[in-house]
Amino acid sequence: MNAVDTRNREADGGPGLRAGHLPRLLPQRRGGGPASWEEHCARHGGLPVIGWDEGWRGQLMAEVGRSGLTGRGGAGFPTARKLRAVAAGRDAPVVIANGTEGEPASAKDKVLLAREPHLVLDGAVLAAQLVGARQAFVVVHEAVREIVDGAVAERKQGRRDGIRLKVMTGADRFVGGEASALVNWVGNGIPLPTVTPPRAAEHGLYGRPTLVQNVETLAHLALIARYGAAWFRSLGTAAEPGSMLVTLIGGVHRPGVYEIEIGRPVGEILALAGGPAVPLGALLVGGYFGTWAGPEAACPLPFSANGLSEVGASPGAGLIAALPTDSCGLAETARVARYLAGESAGQCGPCVFGLDAIAGALEDLAVGRSFRPDLLRRWTGQVEGRGACHHPDGAVRLIRSALRVFGAEIDRHAQGLCCGRRPLGVLPVPPRRQP
Amino acid sequence: MTTTGARLRVDPIACDGRGLCAEVLPELITLDDWGFPIIGDGEVPPGLMAAAGEAIRLCPLLALRRC
Amino acid sequence: MSAAVTGSQGLWFLSRGSGLVLLVLFSLVVVLGVATRTGSAPARWPRFAVAELHRTLSLFAVALLVLHVVTAILDPFVTIGWAATLLPFASPYRTLAIGLGTLAVDLAGAVLVTSLARRRLGQRAWRAVHWLAYLAWPAAFLHSLTAGNDLGIWWVALVEVGSAAAVAAAVLARLFGRVRGGDPRGPGGPPPTRAATKPRRVPATSKAGGR
Repeated sequence: MNAVDTRNREADGGPGLRAGHLPRLLPQRRGGGPASWEEHCARHGGLPVIGWDEGWRGQLMAEVGRSGLTGRGGAGFPTARKLRAVAAGRDAPVVIANGTEGEPASAKDKVLLAREPHLVLDGAVLAAQLVGARQAFVVVHEAVREIVDGAVAERKQGRRDGIRLKVMTGADRFVGGEASALVNWVGNGIPLPTVTPPRAAEHGLYGRPTLVQNVETLAHLALIARYGAAWFRSLGTAAEPGSMLVTLIGGVHRPGVYEIEIGRPVGEILALAGGPAVPLGALLVGGYFGTWAGPEAACPLPFSANGLSEVGASPGAGLIAALPTDSCGLAETARVARYLAGESAGQCGPCVFGLDAIAGALEDLAVGRSFRPDLLRRWTGQVEGRGACHHPDGAVRLIRSALRVFGAEIDRHAQGLCCGRRPLGVLPVPPRRQP
Repeated sequence: MTTTGARLRVDPIACDGRGLCAEVLPELITLDDWGFPIIGDGEVPPGLMAAAGEAIRLCPLLALRRC
Repeated sequence: MSAAVTGSQGLWFLSRGSGLVLLVLFSLVVVLGVATRTGSAPARWPRFAVAELHRTLSLFAVALLVLHVVTAILDPFVTIGWAATLLPFASPYRTLAIGLGTLAVDLAGAVLVTSLARRRLGQRAWRAVHWLAYLAWPAAFLHSLTAGNDLGIWWVALVEVGSAAAVAAAVLARLFGRVRGGDPRGPGGPPPTRAATKPRRVPATSKAGGR
């Protein structure tokens, strides 16, 4: 028996919400702009009302557990486990919806918030009810702040969510989306990570158990509450069920955000975006903390943690950047490495000095000035795992994969020649901010 | 073979690379290329417990902790 | 009668003598404190040795300070009074001069107590109080200039000037100097001398490290 409230019948709002079909999160709609409250309710029905009934809460928690939903912010942590950990805390918990999307190349959270803000807000409200919180902060990228404000205002007019929703703009920093940095941003305006343990789930905002959840995860949660775990699992793989949003950029015909079934081959996903517009030399999978991979090796692989592990990659923040063959992957990586070094929170010596040194060595390599594989190997080894957060680890992962995948280019660069003809810019790197 | 059950951990945010810990406990702590300590993973052996206590006491920033 | 006079003179000499030695010690302690912070020291001195010497000398200075204060108060020729050990400007004799000394004792006492309890207090509280040392030394120095009568003696004046010069140099080094980083014995040659420590940020929540 479906434990979810049977008032929300099998969705008849549109073909996408039948089991096993897409789209789920991002339906086609007429007209631009966000889905209004009416449109949202017309498609999904009203929000399942939990109230404060313990039994109902337990049932939904179990449903979320059965669904196998994991975080869509990059870490892929099982959502039910996180919900239970926060709910088990002693003090009154609080929810923070993470829509900051500090990753420059990724656009999925912005697009989701811009088109379906109520789905995300439903998820935030549900999550708050599940953990017993009375307040949810929705921290979003500046680009969609106005839309989300409007959606919250719509909700305040019509219904009573019972949960206080407060919208904030995220800090304009790469590290601002890290869980503890986000907690600090909300709490005291300083977007800097702290040492974990203790994790935000135990001791976060104002010292209370805090649920930090990516906005896409919350959107999936809002759908699971209506249509159930079995529906959610009708897409994806057994180990990694459901759908996810990916951002495709670079040498494809139609770069943008797409919703995919987890486990589809990478090549099929590229085809969603019209396929390669030019011959591709490499793919960056996951994000700026992700991994480079050769197209021939990566395209047949399922886009899932299991599938991509064969090339040492993982879905991460859902980014796939297609690098044309006549672009220089080393130079792009050097640019990103320099960006990541600059985005260090500046709290831990190995990150501040190490990433700077590594970026310098990569820049030397990229312009053909010098190649010091010994130093790169030494420094990446010294930097890894020695910061308070995973910023240096992610950067090291990216850089090591570049050194693996761009072997031929390295040989040429080491001799003082460059390989690329196309100008840089496949991977967007925002200009240096004033500190 | 006695085990102490003690491990050393450095708070990377508090640490400022002063290097006193590596001076008194070179068997377990080395410095990276920027002066910040790399702590050996394992337990502190019984013979080094005193030195480990010294290192913890000496850190000007109280960044070295026992866990 | 003469024994009492000699005894009292003995107390007076002890007090002045210990005072002068204290000035030297206190100045050394400040210089060593700066050296601990900036990581500069005579070549080959391990940093922990500098830190330990700073600590040991300061504790020794405290012991000598007790002697200095007690002998001064016990001396029957001048009326200072026990209140003046801790209350500044409570001494009828040379109120300002003694008061400065009392101020130095109070400030140094705060530094001492917080340093002994540093692990329990946490780094931030300890550090905030430790800055008072930069107030304590000038108070002690001015006390040494005004409370004693011995500036006419050439080597006393020399000690005063030397102490002031040493502390001034240390303070300038602290303000404008560079902080060394890196292990000079490390492989790959001498590491970069960091121009500054990593940028100081306001520590975030109370989560980090039991602060």
